[in-house]
Amino acid sequence: MNDEYLSRGYITTEELKEIVDMPSEERLRKKPVAVPECPQEIPCTPCAEICPTDAVSMPTPNDRPVVDYEKCIGCSLCVQICPGLAFFMVQYRGEKARITMPHELLPVPKRGDEVILLNRKGEEVGTGKVVLVIPRDKSVGDTPVLTVEVPLALAWEVRAIKVKEARE
Amino acid sequence: MRLQEHPVLDFSKKRGKKVTIYFEGKPIDAYEGEPIAEALHAAGIRVMNYTPTTGRARGIFCAIGKCSSCLMKVNGIPNVRTCITLVEDGMQVERQRGLEPLPRDYKPPKWKDAERVNADIIIIGGGPAGLMAAIKAVEHGASVALMDENPMLGGQLVKQTHKFFGKREQFAGVRGVKIAEILEKEAREKGVNIYLETSAIGIFQDGEERIVTAIRENKKLVEFRGRAILVATGAMEKMIPFENNDLPGVYGAGAIQTLMNTYGIQPGKKVLIVGAGNVGVILAYQLLQAGVDVVAVVEAMPKVGAYFVHAAKIRRLGVPIYTRHTILRAEGKEKVERAVIAQLDDSWNPIPGTEKTYDVDIVALSVGLRPSIELLHQAGAQALYVRELSGYVVQHDERMETTVRGIFVAGDSSGIEEATTAMLEGKLAGLAMALYVGKADVKNAMDEMEQVRKDLDEFRSGPFGERARIGEKKVMIK
Repeated sequence: MNDEYLSRGYITTEELKEIVDMPSEERLRKKPVAVPECPQEIPCTPCAEICPTDAVSMPTPNDRPVVDYEKCIGCSLCVQICPGLAFFMVQYRGEKARITMPHELLPVPKRGDEVILLNRKGEEVGTGKVVLVIPRDKSVGDTPVLTVEVPLALAWEVRAIKVKEARE
Repeated sequence: MRLQEHPVLDFSKKRGKKVTIYFEGKPIDAYEGEPIAEALHAAGIRVMNYTPTTGRARGIFCAIGKCSSCLMKVNGIPNVRTCITLVEDGMQVERQRGLEPLPRDYKPPKWKDAERVNADIIIIGGGPAGLMAAIKAVEHGASVALMDENPMLGGQLVKQTHKFFGKREQFAGVRGVKIAEILEKEAREKGVNIYLETSAIGIFQDGEERIVTAIRENKKLVEFRGRAILVATGAMEKMIPFENNDLPGVYGAGAIQTLMNTYGIQPGKKVLIVGAGNVGVILAYQLLQAGVDVVAVVEAMPKVGAYFVHAAKIRRLGVPIYTRHTILRAEGKEKVERAVIAQLDDSWNPIPGTEKTYDVDIVALSVGLRPSIELLHQAGAQALYVRELSGYVVQHDERMETTVRGIFVAGDSSGIEEATTAMLEGKLAGLAMALYVGKADVKNAMDEMEQVRKDLDEFRSGPFGERARIGEKKVMIK
């Protein structure tokens, strides 16, 4: 991948496919799978250190994380710990996809809430439903983690959410 | 305006007792434990003084005691750095107009009355480098006295809400604020003799002893004596030239973090950030966490200099990053009301017709840092300009000892990097000083130093470590 993405500050889904081998549809339908969006060689290792099944390989601290999707059990510890908030989990369920993402803003939505879906450049692309919340005090990385159900077509687009009510 | 809720920080626990200070005679609410300038900012006061020659309004810029932009008259005494001077109930604070004299009846403290403090090792600076050095030195048998001019330990860690990179044994995945707490607790438990609100003003030599002279709480003199000195004084924010860059509301990124993350004060309502390095994009994210609107981040270079993942965090929350753009000017009467940006051509000139105006009340500058080496310079350490380390730095050897025997350096004051390398350099210096003063077991300390060197080399081995690798080569004494 060339470094055009650095002039924008986000990667496109096509660029993501250049930096990681994508999990198969079969794997995506089995259970959640972790996909890092970490394109640079930076000195950072918590994802590889915390993975309980050694699914994240990183020979030296400056190497990019590579996930073995067969070893990944979808536990979300990497999403919770990643200092760059760059790990996500994706799972396909019927006509929906479930995206697991870090959420360090207030308010933290509740399970069942409908939220606005944002893509990698912050554009609103639809609405989805929060199906799981790991609150901050239950997260190993001190970061709340949400799982949001989105239309299948948006599985590789949605990477953040906005809570509907204005914050007061 | 004060922040009430925050996704990471809890200010209700941090704020002290409510007190009243008087600004030009008017009562202002403040909390014990917060500095004057911060309390005034919370009350909406931006102008701290007027300059001597042109009478231009000045506000805070660095908020960590380094830039002198916030000097005010406090209880009749001029030139008080209000950003690091804590409020006291009933305090009288006035805007300073140019150069003002000391009151006629003011009696400065005398050296013969100075407090004398003795330790094997004297450390100037209680940030990640200084604290880590203190912890290591005490672990290896040396006694340590440490001073910092800020009212709290932790250096710039105290305002970092993001989680750090590196390895987990180096606190990766832990927020900066938490790392500061861990280091402070360890240093206190190990018996480091800590002097806060204490500014070092000179380094001297008396036989085998080295002396650091200091001023505590703006009024008391302290003389520290030891065999080795560590200068871990951190860095200072850079400024770039543009019209009205001195307007109150043009703040260093760190000052905004201090207001918002250390003291829970809303820095403003709408912010334009200049510079898309790590500091700039991390600041943008922290502003969003505090509920402040970030209109854009502009960056003169064609690419984001920050770690991509930090930039991606703000992009997906809708903050635009304009590369190849710069700020042309700030506008407003005695405070920022607008900022004008423009696109740059290939020769770095603004392209006419591309100007955009934003209604903002804060312009945040995150255009780099430079090492704070003033004390090292005064002590006679050999300095040189190293572009890769972002300014003048001093030569040092593998153990962080400078060209002046017994004076060591670590952290950003030895060259701009980041907190993880500052902690590793602090460890090296702490071990080396414990050896230097003859307290450490030689084999143990040497073995540990070798491991720390390996960790440093490993951390710096990637593409983002290239500048540090080149810079280190230039300053290293063989």
